[in-house]
Amino acid sequence: MDHFPANWGRPRNDAIDLYATHLLHPRPNNRAKDAFADSVQRTQQPIVTGTSVLAIKFKDGIMMAADNLASYGSLARFKDVQRLQAFGDYTVIGASGDMSDFQFIQRLLDDIAVAEIAAQDGHDLGPVEIHEYMSQVMYGRRSKLDPLWNSLIIGGFKDGKRFLSYVDLLGTTYTASTIATGYGGYIAQPLLRKAVEGYEDVLTAEQARKILEDSMRVLFYRDARSLNKYQLATITAAGVQISDSLHLETSWDFAEGIRGYGAQTQ
Amino acid sequence: MFRNTYDSDNTVFSPQGRLHQVEYALEAVKQGSAAVGLRSKTHAILLALKRSTGELASYQQKMFRIDDHVGIAIAGLTSDARVLSNFMRQQALSERMVFNRPMPVNRIVSAIADKAQVNTQEYGRRPYGVGFLVIGHDQTGPHLFEFSPSGNSYEYFAMSIGARSQSAKTYLEKHFESFADCTLEELIKHGLHALRETLQQDKELNINNTSIGIIGPTGQHEKPTSPPGKFHIVEGETVRLYLESMDAKAPADGTVPVPPAAPAEDVQMSG
Repeated sequence: MDHFPANWGRPRNDAIDLYATHLLHPRPNNRAKDAFADSVQRTQQPIVTGTSVLAIKFKDGIMMAADNLASYGSLARFKDVQRLQAFGDYTVIGASGDMSDFQFIQRLLDDIAVAEIAAQDGHDLGPVEIHEYMSQVMYGRRSKLDPLWNSLIIGGFKDGKRFLSYVDLLGTTYTASTIATGYGGYIAQPLLRKAVEGYEDVLTAEQARKILEDSMRVLFYRDARSLNKYQLATITAAGVQISDSLHLETSWDFAEGIRGYGAQTQ
Repeated sequence: MFRNTYDSDNTVFSPQGRLHQVEYALEAVKQGSAAVGLRSKTHAILLALKRSTGELASYQQKMFRIDDHVGIAIAGLTSDARVLSNFMRQQALSERMVFNRPMPVNRIVSAIADKAQVNTQEYGRRPYGVGFLVIGHDQTGPHLFEFSPSGNSYEYFAMSIGARSQSAKTYLEKHFESFADCTLEELIKHGLHALRETLQQDKELNINNTSIGIIGPTGQHEKPTSPPGKFHIVEGETVRLYLESMDAKAPADGTVPVPPAAPAEDVQMSG
Protein backbone atom coordinates (compact mmCIF):
# COMPACT_ATOMS: atom_id res chain seq x y z
CA MET A 1 0.00 0.00 0.00
CA ASP A 2 1.34 3.38 -0.95
CA HIS A 3 0.39 5.86 1.74
CA PHE A 4 1.29 8.94 -0.27
CA PRO A 5 -1.86 10.23 -1.96
CA ALA A 6 0.26 12.16 -4.46
CA ASN A 7 1.42 8.84 -5.88
CA TRP A 8 -2.05 7.34 -6.28
CA GLY A 9 -2.99 6.67 -9.84
CA ARG A 10 0.63 6.95 -10.99
CA PRO A 11 2.37 3.90 -12.44
CA ARG A 12 4.59 2.00 -10.04
CA ASN A 13 7.99 1.26 -11.42
CA ASP A 14 9.77 -1.74 -9.95
CA ALA A 15 12.66 -1.32 -12.35
CA ILE A 16 13.72 2.00 -10.85
CA ASP A 17 13.35 1.28 -7.15
CA LEU A 18 13.08 -2.49 -6.90
CA TYR A 19 12.99 -2.71 -3.15
CA ALA A 20 11.35 0.63 -2.38
CA THR A 21 14.44 1.84 -0.57
CA HIS A 22 13.31 5.46 -0.74
CA LEU A 23 10.89 6.13 2.07
CA LEU A 24 9.91 9.43 0.50
CA HIS A 25 8.83 8.83 -3.06
CA PRO A 26 9.81 11.38 -5.66
CA ARG A 27 6.84 13.46 -6.68
CA PRO A 28 6.36 16.65 -8.66
CA ASN A 29 7.70 18.98 -5.98
CA ASN A 30 10.77 17.24 -4.62
CA ARG A 31 12.35 15.97 -7.80
CA ALA A 32 15.80 17.31 -8.59
CA LYS A 33 15.57 20.38 -10.76
CA ASP A 34 17.29 20.33 -14.11
CA ALA A 35 18.66 23.78 -14.84
CA PHE A 36 18.22 23.21 -18.58
CA ALA A 37 14.82 21.53 -18.36
CA ASP A 38 13.11 24.30 -20.25
CA SER A 39 15.48 24.26 -23.17
CA VAL A 40 16.98 20.98 -24.26
CA GLN A 41 18.56 20.22 -27.60
CA ARG A 42 18.87 16.65 -28.79
CA THR A 43 21.71 15.33 -30.89
CA GLN A 44 21.07 16.48 -34.44
CA GLN A 45 24.29 15.37 -36.07
CA PRO A 46 27.31 13.26 -35.18
CA ILE A 47 30.49 15.19 -34.34
CA VAL A 48 33.53 12.93 -34.13
CA THR A 49 32.79 10.05 -36.46
CA GLY A 50 34.12 6.68 -37.45
CA THR A 51 33.55 5.38 -40.98
CA SER A 52 32.74 1.89 -42.30
CA VAL A 53 32.80 -1.38 -40.38
CA LEU A 54 32.87 -4.61 -42.40
CA ALA A 55 31.92 -8.07 -41.19
CA ILE A 56 31.57 -11.47 -42.84
CA LYS A 57 30.81 -15.03 -41.91
CA PHE A 58 33.41 -17.68 -42.62
CA LYS A 59 33.85 -21.39 -41.96
CA ASP A 60 34.88 -21.11 -38.31
CA GLY A 61 32.99 -18.00 -37.23
CA ILE A 62 32.88 -14.28 -37.85
CA MET A 63 35.54 -11.85 -39.04
CA MET A 64 35.24 -8.09 -38.76
CA ALA A 65 37.32 -5.10 -39.84
CA ALA A 66 37.34 -1.37 -39.05
CA ASP A 67 39.98 1.30 -39.46
CA ASN A 68 41.49 3.33 -36.61
CA LEU A 69 40.30 6.75 -37.67
CA ALA A 70 37.91 9.10 -35.89
CA SER A 71 37.23 12.12 -38.10
CA TYR A 72 36.16 15.59 -36.98
CA GLY A 73 34.18 16.59 -40.01
CA SER A 74 36.59 16.05 -42.88
CA LEU A 75 39.61 16.43 -40.60
CA ALA A 76 41.40 13.17 -39.79
CA ARG A 77 41.40 14.03 -36.08
CA PHE A 78 42.22 10.82 -34.16
CA LYS A 79 44.22 8.08 -35.83
CA ASP A 80 44.45 5.54 -33.02
CA VAL A 81 40.82 4.86 -32.16
CA GLN A 82 39.76 1.26 -31.67
CA ARG A 83 36.30 0.77 -33.19
CA LEU A 84 36.05 -2.98 -32.60
CA GLN A 85 35.33 -3.86 -29.00
CA ALA A 86 34.94 -7.28 -27.38
CA PHE A 87 32.19 -7.88 -24.81
CA GLY A 88 32.29 -11.04 -22.78
CA ASP A 89 33.96 -14.10 -24.26
CA TYR A 90 31.78 -14.46 -27.35
CA THR A 91 30.98 -11.09 -28.86
CA VAL A 92 32.57 -8.18 -30.72
CA ILE A 93 30.81 -4.91 -31.47
CA GLY A 94 32.02 -2.71 -34.30
CA ALA A 95 30.79 0.88 -34.46
CA SER A 96 30.62 3.55 -37.08
CA GLY A 97 29.08 6.95 -36.50
CA ASP A 98 29.50 9.16 -33.46
CA MET A 99 32.43 7.98 -31.36
CA SER A 100 31.28 9.60 -28.11
CA ASP A 101 27.94 7.79 -28.43
CA PHE A 102 29.90 4.58 -29.00
CA GLN A 103 31.85 5.23 -25.80
CA PHE A 104 28.51 5.64 -24.01
CA ILE A 105 27.38 2.30 -25.42
CA GLN A 106 30.63 0.72 -24.24
CA ARG A 107 29.89 1.97 -20.73
CA LEU A 108 26.37 0.54 -20.85
CA LEU A 109 27.68 -2.84 -21.92
CA ASP A 110 30.51 -2.78 -19.39
CA ASP A 111 27.95 -2.29 -16.62
CA ILE A 112 26.05 -5.34 -17.82
CA ALA A 113 29.23 -7.36 -18.19
CA VAL A 114 30.24 -6.53 -14.61
CA ALA A 115 26.83 -7.51 -13.26
CA GLU A 116 26.98 -10.73 -15.25
CA ILE A 117 30.42 -11.62 -13.90
CA ALA A 118 29.36 -10.73 -10.36
CA ALA A 119 26.43 -13.14 -10.55
CA GLN A 120 28.86 -16.08 -10.93
CA ASP A 121 26.09 -18.51 -11.76
CA GLY A 122 27.20 -20.08 -15.01
CA HIS A 123 24.97 -17.86 -17.15
CA ASP A 124 26.61 -15.49 -19.59
CA LEU A 125 25.50 -13.18 -22.35
CA GLY A 126 26.17 -14.26 -25.91
CA PRO A 127 25.93 -12.27 -29.14
CA VAL A 128 22.19 -12.96 -29.45
CA GLU A 129 21.48 -11.41 -26.06
CA ILE A 130 23.75 -8.43 -26.67
CA HIS A 131 22.12 -7.86 -30.06
CA GLU A 132 18.66 -7.84 -28.48
CA TYR A 133 19.82 -5.47 -25.76
CA MET A 134 21.43 -3.07 -28.24
CA SER A 135 18.39 -3.07 -30.49
CA GLN A 136 16.20 -2.14 -27.52
CA VAL A 137 18.60 0.60 -26.42
CA MET A 138 18.90 2.09 -29.93
CA TYR A 139 15.17 1.93 -30.62
CA GLY A 140 14.40 3.35 -27.18
CA ARG A 141 16.69 6.31 -27.74
CA ARG A 142 15.35 7.08 -31.19
CA SER A 143 11.82 6.97 -29.74
CA LYS A 144 12.90 9.70 -27.32
CA LEU A 145 14.03 11.65 -30.36
CA ASP A 146 17.53 11.45 -28.89
CA PRO A 147 19.25 8.74 -30.88
CA LEU A 148 22.67 7.24 -30.31
CA TRP A 149 24.19 8.16 -33.66
CA ASN A 150 25.77 4.85 -34.59
CA SER A 151 25.53 1.92 -36.93
CA LEU A 152 26.62 -1.14 -35.00
CA ILE A 153 27.68 -4.55 -36.18
CA ILE A 154 27.46 -7.34 -33.63
CA GLY A 155 29.41 -10.47 -34.40
CA GLY A 156 29.80 -13.49 -32.20
CA PHE A 157 30.20 -17.22 -31.78
CA LYS A 158 28.57 -19.16 -28.96
CA ASP A 159 27.43 -22.76 -28.45
CA GLY A 160 28.72 -23.70 -31.89
CA LYS A 161 26.67 -21.00 -33.66
CA ARG A 162 27.84 -17.97 -35.64
CA PHE A 163 25.91 -14.77 -35.22
CA LEU A 164 26.19 -11.58 -37.25
CA SER A 165 23.77 -8.66 -37.02
CA TYR A 166 23.27 -4.98 -37.62
CA VAL A 167 21.63 -2.32 -35.44
CA ASP A 168 21.45 1.38 -36.26
CA LEU A 169 20.36 4.69 -34.79
CA LEU A 170 16.77 4.11 -35.90
CA GLY A 171 16.61 0.75 -34.18
CA THR A 172 16.60 -1.06 -37.52
CA THR A 173 18.03 -4.57 -37.24
CA TYR A 174 18.88 -7.37 -39.61
CA THR A 175 21.18 -10.34 -39.92
CA ALA A 176 23.12 -11.39 -43.00
CA SER A 177 26.29 -13.26 -44.02
CA THR A 178 27.98 -9.98 -44.95
CA ILE A 179 27.33 -6.63 -43.35
CA ALA A 180 28.94 -3.26 -44.03
CA THR A 181 28.12 0.10 -42.44
CA GLY A 182 28.58 3.63 -43.69
CA TYR A 183 30.37 4.19 -47.00
CA GLY A 184 31.25 0.50 -47.00
CA GLY A 185 27.56 -0.21 -47.54
CA TYR A 186 27.95 1.22 -51.05
CA ILE A 187 31.53 0.31 -51.89
CA ALA A 188 32.42 -2.86 -49.98
CA GLN A 189 29.08 -4.62 -49.61
CA PRO A 190 28.85 -5.75 -53.28
CA LEU A 191 32.41 -7.05 -53.13
CA LEU A 192 31.75 -8.91 -49.89
CA ARG A 193 28.53 -10.43 -51.17
CA LYS A 194 30.22 -11.68 -54.30
CA ALA A 195 33.07 -13.23 -52.32
CA VAL A 196 31.13 -14.65 -49.36
CA GLU A 197 27.51 -15.49 -50.19
CA GLY A 198 27.21 -19.22 -50.78
CA TYR A 199 30.71 -19.82 -49.43
CA GLU A 200 30.06 -19.10 -45.72
CA ASP A 201 30.86 -22.69 -44.75
CA VAL A 202 33.85 -23.01 -47.07
CA LEU A 203 35.93 -19.88 -46.55
CA THR A 204 38.98 -20.35 -44.37
CA ALA A 205 40.20 -17.72 -41.92
CA GLU A 206 43.01 -16.84 -44.33
CA GLN A 207 40.59 -16.36 -47.24
CA ALA A 208 38.25 -14.29 -45.06
CA ARG A 209 41.15 -12.11 -43.98
CA LYS A 210 42.11 -11.58 -47.61
CA ILE A 211 38.55 -10.60 -48.60
CA LEU A 212 38.34 -8.05 -45.80
CA GLU A 213 41.80 -6.66 -46.50
CA ASP A 214 40.98 -6.16 -50.19
CA SER A 215 37.69 -4.47 -49.29
CA MET A 216 39.41 -2.20 -46.77
CA ARG A 217 41.92 -1.28 -49.47
CA VAL A 218 39.18 -0.36 -51.94
CA LEU A 219 37.53 1.70 -49.21
CA PHE A 220 40.79 3.50 -48.47
CA TYR A 221 41.08 4.39 -52.15
CA ARG A 222 37.49 5.59 -52.42
CA ASP A 223 36.39 6.81 -48.97
CA ALA A 224 37.83 10.20 -48.06
CA ARG A 225 37.13 9.59 -44.34
CA SER A 226 39.11 6.37 -44.12
CA LEU A 227 42.61 5.40 -43.03
CA ASN A 228 45.15 2.82 -44.14
CA LYS A 229 45.47 1.61 -40.56
CA TYR A 230 42.87 -0.94 -39.46
CA GLN A 231 42.14 -3.83 -37.13
CA LEU A 232 40.68 -7.29 -37.67
CA ALA A 233 38.53 -9.14 -35.16
CA THR A 234 38.13 -12.90 -35.40
CA ILE A 235 35.45 -14.66 -33.33
CA THR A 236 35.54 -18.45 -33.36
CA ALA A 237 34.95 -21.34 -30.99
CA ALA A 238 38.36 -20.48 -29.53
CA GLY A 239 37.08 -17.07 -28.46
CA VAL A 240 37.61 -13.47 -29.49
CA GLN A 241 40.82 -12.24 -31.01
CA ILE A 242 41.32 -8.60 -32.03
CA SER A 243 44.50 -7.93 -33.97
CA ASP A 244 46.96 -5.10 -33.47
CA SER A 245 46.71 -2.28 -35.98
CA LEU A 246 47.53 -3.46 -39.51
CA HIS A 247 48.86 -1.35 -42.35
CA LEU A 248 47.24 -1.37 -45.82
CA GLU A 249 49.63 -1.53 -48.75
CA THR A 250 48.43 0.81 -51.48
CA SER A 251 49.88 2.06 -54.71
CA TRP A 252 49.12 5.52 -56.07
CA ASP A 253 51.15 5.30 -59.30
CA PHE A 254 48.01 5.43 -61.42
CA ALA A 255 47.20 8.83 -59.98
CA GLU A 256 49.93 10.46 -62.01
CA GLY A 257 47.75 10.05 -65.10
CA ILE A 258 44.69 11.66 -63.55
CA ARG A 259 43.92 15.26 -64.39
CA GLY A 260 43.52 17.31 -61.24
CA TYR A 261 45.95 15.21 -59.19
CA GLY A 262 49.42 16.65 -58.43
CA ALA A 263 51.25 19.04 -60.68
CA GLN A 264 49.58 19.33 -64.05
CA THR A 265 51.46 20.43 -67.13
CA GLN A 266 48.42 21.54 -69.10
CA MET B 1 -1.24 -10.47 24.10
CA PHE B 2 2.27 -11.08 22.83
CA ARG B 3 3.94 -14.43 22.94
CA ASN B 4 7.23 -12.67 23.44
CA THR B 5 8.44 -9.21 24.49
CA TYR B 6 10.52 -8.88 21.33
CA ASP B 7 8.03 -9.83 18.68
CA SER B 8 6.03 -6.68 18.07
CA ASP B 9 8.39 -5.27 15.47
CA ASN B 10 10.43 -7.25 13.02
CA THR B 11 13.42 -4.91 13.17
CA VAL B 12 14.12 -5.79 16.80
CA PHE B 13 16.38 -8.67 17.74
CA SER B 14 15.56 -10.74 20.79
CA PRO B 15 18.43 -11.16 23.29
CA GLN B 16 18.88 -14.65 21.81
CA GLY B 17 19.59 -13.04 18.43
CA ARG B 18 16.30 -14.01 16.84
CA LEU B 19 13.77 -12.07 14.81
CA HIS B 20 10.49 -13.40 16.13
CA GLN B 21 8.28 -11.80 13.47
CA VAL B 22 10.30 -13.55 10.80
CA GLU B 23 9.92 -16.86 12.58
CA TYR B 24 6.16 -16.34 12.82
CA ALA B 25 6.12 -15.72 9.08
CA LEU B 26 7.78 -19.09 8.60
CA GLU B 27 4.91 -20.53 10.67
CA ALA B 28 2.43 -19.07 8.18
CA VAL B 29 4.09 -21.17 5.50
CA LYS B 30 3.57 -24.28 7.62
CA GLN B 31 -0.18 -23.50 7.85
CA GLY B 32 -0.60 -23.78 4.07
CA SER B 33 -1.23 -27.18 2.52
CA ALA B 34 1.83 -29.08 1.39
CA ALA B 35 3.76 -28.76 -1.84
CA VAL B 36 6.47 -31.12 -3.01
CA GLY B 37 9.17 -30.56 -5.63
CA LEU B 38 11.56 -33.04 -7.27
CA ARG B 39 14.21 -32.88 -9.92
CA SER B 40 15.74 -35.41 -12.30
CA LYS B 41 18.40 -34.90 -14.96
CA THR B 42 15.70 -33.96 -17.47
CA HIS B 43 12.68 -32.81 -15.48
CA ALA B 44 11.67 -30.67 -12.56
CA ILE B 45 8.19 -31.26 -11.15
CA LEU B 46 5.91 -29.85 -8.48
CA LEU B 47 3.06 -31.57 -6.70
CA ALA B 48 0.64 -29.80 -4.44
CA LEU B 49 -2.32 -30.60 -2.27
CA LYS B 50 -5.24 -28.26 -2.89
CA ARG B 51 -7.69 -27.41 -0.13
CA SER B 52 -11.26 -26.28 -0.33
CA THR B 53 -12.95 -24.36 2.45
CA GLY B 54 -16.04 -26.53 2.31
CA GLU B 55 -18.42 -28.61 0.24
CA LEU B 56 -19.68 -25.54 -1.63
CA ALA B 57 -16.25 -24.07 -2.36
CA SER B 58 -13.83 -24.80 -5.16
CA TYR B 59 -10.27 -25.87 -4.51
CA GLN B 60 -7.66 -23.12 -4.00
CA GLN B 61 -5.12 -22.79 -6.78
CA LYS B 62 -1.66 -23.81 -5.56
CA MET B 63 0.44 -23.54 -8.69
CA PHE B 64 1.20 -20.60 -10.93
CA ARG B 65 2.94 -20.25 -14.26
CA ILE B 66 5.56 -17.50 -14.23
CA ASP B 67 6.92 -17.96 -17.73
CA ASP B 68 7.28 -20.82 -20.21
CA HIS B 69 10.35 -21.97 -18.30
CA VAL B 70 9.40 -21.22 -14.67
CA GLY B 71 6.54 -22.28 -12.42
CA ILE B 72 5.84 -22.11 -8.69
CA ALA B 73 3.88 -23.93 -6.02
CA ILE B 74 2.91 -21.97 -2.94
CA ALA B 75 2.24 -22.63 0.73
CA GLY B 76 0.92 -19.87 2.96
CA LEU B 77 -0.97 -16.67 2.22
CA THR B 78 -2.28 -16.81 -1.34
CA SER B 79 -2.61 -13.04 -1.54
CA ASP B 80 1.08 -12.53 -0.75
CA ALA B 81 1.92 -15.18 -3.31
CA ARG B 82 0.01 -13.31 -5.99
CA VAL B 83 2.01 -10.15 -5.33
CA LEU B 84 5.29 -12.02 -5.53
CA SER B 85 4.36 -14.11 -8.56
CA ASN B 86 3.26 -10.94 -10.35
CA PHE B 87 6.70 -9.48 -9.66
CA MET B 88 8.39 -12.65 -10.93
CA ARG B 89 6.33 -12.48 -14.12
CA GLN B 90 7.40 -8.90 -14.67
CA GLN B 91 11.05 -9.82 -14.20
CA ALA B 92 10.85 -12.79 -16.55
CA LEU B 93 9.06 -10.72 -19.17
CA SER B 94 11.58 -7.90 -18.96
CA GLU B 95 14.47 -10.36 -19.37
CA ARG B 96 12.78 -11.72 -22.50
CA MET B 97 12.26 -8.24 -23.88
CA VAL B 98 15.70 -6.82 -23.08
CA PHE B 99 17.93 -9.83 -23.66
CA ASN B 100 15.73 -12.22 -25.62
CA ARG B 101 16.44 -15.06 -23.25
CA PRO B 102 14.59 -16.96 -20.54
CA MET B 103 15.58 -15.50 -17.18
CA PRO B 104 18.06 -17.73 -15.32
CA VAL B 105 16.05 -19.49 -12.61
CA ASN B 106 18.48 -18.72 -9.79
CA ARG B 107 18.24 -15.03 -10.58
CA ILE B 108 14.46 -14.89 -10.54
CA VAL B 109 14.51 -16.63 -7.14
CA SER B 110 17.22 -14.30 -5.82
CA ALA B 111 15.12 -11.34 -6.93
CA ILE B 112 12.17 -12.30 -4.72
CA ALA B 113 14.48 -13.38 -1.90
CA ASP B 114 16.03 -9.89 -1.93
CA LYS B 115 12.55 -8.39 -1.88
CA ALA B 116 11.62 -10.55 1.12
CA GLN B 117 14.82 -9.69 2.95
CA VAL B 118 13.94 -5.97 2.94
CA ASN B 119 10.78 -6.84 4.85
CA THR B 120 12.83 -8.47 7.61
CA GLN B 121 14.88 -5.34 8.18
CA GLU B 122 12.92 -2.18 7.51
CA TYR B 123 10.72 -0.41 9.98
CA GLY B 124 6.98 -0.63 9.56
CA ARG B 125 6.88 -3.65 7.28
CA ARG B 126 5.89 -7.26 7.67
CA PRO B 127 7.52 -10.30 6.12
CA TYR B 128 5.67 -12.16 3.36
CA GLY B 129 3.59 -14.99 4.76
CA VAL B 130 4.22 -17.39 1.93
CA GLY B 131 6.85 -19.90 0.83
CA PHE B 132 7.48 -21.05 -2.73
CA LEU B 133 8.87 -24.05 -4.46
CA VAL B 134 10.16 -22.80 -7.79
CA ILE B 135 10.94 -25.09 -10.69
CA GLY B 136 12.53 -23.95 -13.90
CA HIS B 137 14.65 -24.87 -16.84
CA ASP B 138 17.46 -22.71 -18.25
CA GLN B 139 20.82 -23.02 -20.00
CA THR B 140 22.15 -25.01 -17.06
CA GLY B 141 19.32 -27.56 -17.03
CA PRO B 142 16.34 -28.18 -14.73
CA HIS B 143 16.30 -26.59 -11.28
CA LEU B 144 14.33 -26.69 -8.05
CA PHE B 145 14.52 -23.84 -5.54
CA GLU B 146 12.86 -23.09 -2.25
CA PHE B 147 12.01 -19.52 -1.33
CA SER B 148 11.05 -18.61 2.22
CA PRO B 149 9.84 -15.34 3.80
CA SER B 150 13.08 -15.02 5.77
CA GLY B 151 14.75 -13.98 2.51
CA ASN B 152 16.58 -17.28 2.08
CA SER B 153 16.61 -19.26 -1.13
CA TYR B 154 18.24 -22.62 -1.63
CA GLU B 155 18.51 -25.08 -4.48
CA TYR B 156 17.43 -28.68 -3.86
CA PHE B 157 17.28 -32.13 -5.43
CA ALA B 158 13.91 -32.53 -3.75
CA MET B 159 12.01 -30.46 -1.21
CA SER B 160 8.66 -30.06 0.47
CA ILE B 161 6.99 -27.13 2.21
CA GLY B 162 3.71 -26.55 4.02
CA ALA B 163 1.63 -28.47 6.54
CA ARG B 164 3.15 -31.79 7.67
CA SER B 165 5.82 -31.39 5.02
CA GLN B 166 8.28 -33.12 7.34
CA SER B 167 6.67 -36.46 6.51
CA ALA B 168 7.15 -35.82 2.80
CA LYS B 169 10.73 -34.71 3.46
CA THR B 170 11.42 -37.98 5.22
CA TYR B 171 10.19 -39.88 2.17
CA LEU B 172 12.26 -37.69 -0.18
CA GLU B 173 15.41 -38.05 1.93
CA LYS B 174 15.02 -41.81 1.74
CA HIS B 175 14.69 -41.90 -2.06
CA PHE B 176 16.29 -38.75 -3.54
CA GLU B 177 19.44 -40.48 -4.78
CA SER B 178 17.38 -42.40 -7.33
CA PHE B 179 15.61 -39.31 -8.69
CA ALA B 180 18.38 -38.18 -11.06
CA ASP B 181 17.79 -41.01 -13.54
CA CYS B 182 14.00 -41.28 -13.14
CA THR B 183 11.61 -40.97 -16.06
CA LEU B 184 8.87 -38.36 -15.74
CA GLU B 185 6.34 -41.03 -14.77
CA GLU B 186 8.60 -42.46 -12.05
CA LEU B 187 9.36 -38.97 -10.77
CA ILE B 188 5.67 -38.12 -10.50
CA LYS B 189 5.03 -41.42 -8.72
CA HIS B 190 7.72 -40.58 -6.15
CA GLY B 191 6.22 -37.11 -5.81
CA LEU B 192 2.72 -38.49 -5.20
CA HIS B 193 4.07 -40.92 -2.63
CA ALA B 194 5.78 -38.03 -0.84
CA LEU B 195 2.68 -35.83 -1.06
CA ARG B 196 0.54 -38.66 0.31
CA GLU B 197 2.65 -38.64 3.47
CA THR B 198 1.41 -35.13 4.29
CA LEU B 199 -2.27 -36.11 4.33
CA GLN B 200 -4.40 -36.25 7.40
CA GLN B 201 -5.51 -39.64 8.65
CA ASP B 202 -8.86 -39.87 6.86
CA LYS B 203 -7.89 -38.10 3.63
CA GLU B 204 -6.47 -39.34 0.39
CA LEU B 205 -5.23 -37.91 -2.89
CA ASN B 206 -7.87 -37.57 -5.60
CA ILE B 207 -8.25 -35.83 -8.94
CA ASN B 208 -9.74 -32.75 -7.29
CA ASN B 209 -7.12 -32.05 -4.64
CA THR B 210 -3.94 -32.89 -6.54
CA SER B 211 -2.01 -30.55 -8.81
CA ILE B 212 1.07 -31.56 -10.79
CA GLY B 213 3.38 -28.99 -12.39
CA ILE B 214 5.88 -30.22 -14.97
CA ILE B 215 8.90 -28.76 -16.73
CA GLY B 216 10.73 -30.95 -19.21
CA PRO B 217 9.98 -33.21 -22.20
CA THR B 218 6.37 -34.39 -22.21
CA GLY B 219 5.68 -37.84 -20.81
CA GLN B 220 3.74 -40.70 -22.36
CA HIS B 221 0.38 -39.56 -20.93
CA GLU B 222 0.66 -35.98 -22.21
CA LYS B 223 0.12 -34.03 -25.40
CA PRO B 224 3.19 -32.27 -26.80
CA THR B 225 3.56 -28.65 -25.64
CA SER B 226 4.62 -25.62 -27.61
CA PRO B 227 7.37 -24.62 -27.06
CA PRO B 228 8.47 -28.17 -26.13
CA GLY B 229 9.06 -28.80 -22.44
CA LYS B 230 7.38 -25.65 -21.14
CA PHE B 231 5.86 -25.41 -17.67
CA HIS B 232 2.37 -26.82 -17.56
CA ILE B 233 -0.03 -27.80 -14.83
CA VAL B 234 -1.78 -31.16 -14.84
CA GLU B 235 -5.07 -31.15 -12.98
CA GLY B 236 -8.42 -32.89 -12.92
CA GLU B 237 -9.16 -36.02 -14.93
CA THR B 238 -5.61 -36.22 -16.35
CA VAL B 239 -4.21 -36.72 -12.87
CA ARG B 240 -6.13 -39.99 -12.51
CA LEU B 241 -3.60 -41.94 -14.61
CA TYR B 242 -0.82 -40.85 -12.31
CA LEU B 243 -2.84 -41.49 -9.14
CA GLU B 244 -3.58 -45.01 -10.35
CA SER B 245 0.14 -45.64 -10.84
CA MET B 246 0.75 -45.22 -7.10
CA ASP B 247 1.66 -48.17 -4.93
CA ALA B 248 -0.74 -48.96 -2.13
CA LYS B 249 0.32 -47.39 1.12
CA ALA B 250 2.17 -49.94 3.24
CA PRO B 251 0.50 -50.47 6.62
CA ALA B 252 2.91 -49.53 9.41
CA ASP B 253 3.69 -53.20 10.23
CA GLY B 254 0.34 -54.01 11.79
CA THR B 255 0.34 -51.16 14.29
CA VAL B 256 -2.12 -48.34 13.90
CA PRO B 257 -0.17 -45.23 12.87
CA VAL B 258 -0.36 -42.35 15.33
CA PRO B 259 -1.79 -39.24 13.68
CA PRO B 260 0.69 -36.39 13.80
CA ALA B 261 -0.30 -33.66 16.25
CA ALA B 262 -1.36 -30.80 14.02
CA PRO B 263 -1.97 -27.28 15.30
CA ALA B 264 -5.64 -26.59 15.89
CA GLU B 265 -5.96 -23.74 13.34
CA ASP B 266 -4.36 -25.87 10.66
CA VAL B 267 -7.57 -27.13 9.19
CA GLN B 268 -9.21 -23.75 8.86
CA MET B 269 -6.45 -21.93 7.00
CA SER B 270 -6.84 -21.80 3.27
CA GLY B 271 -4.13 -21.76 0.66
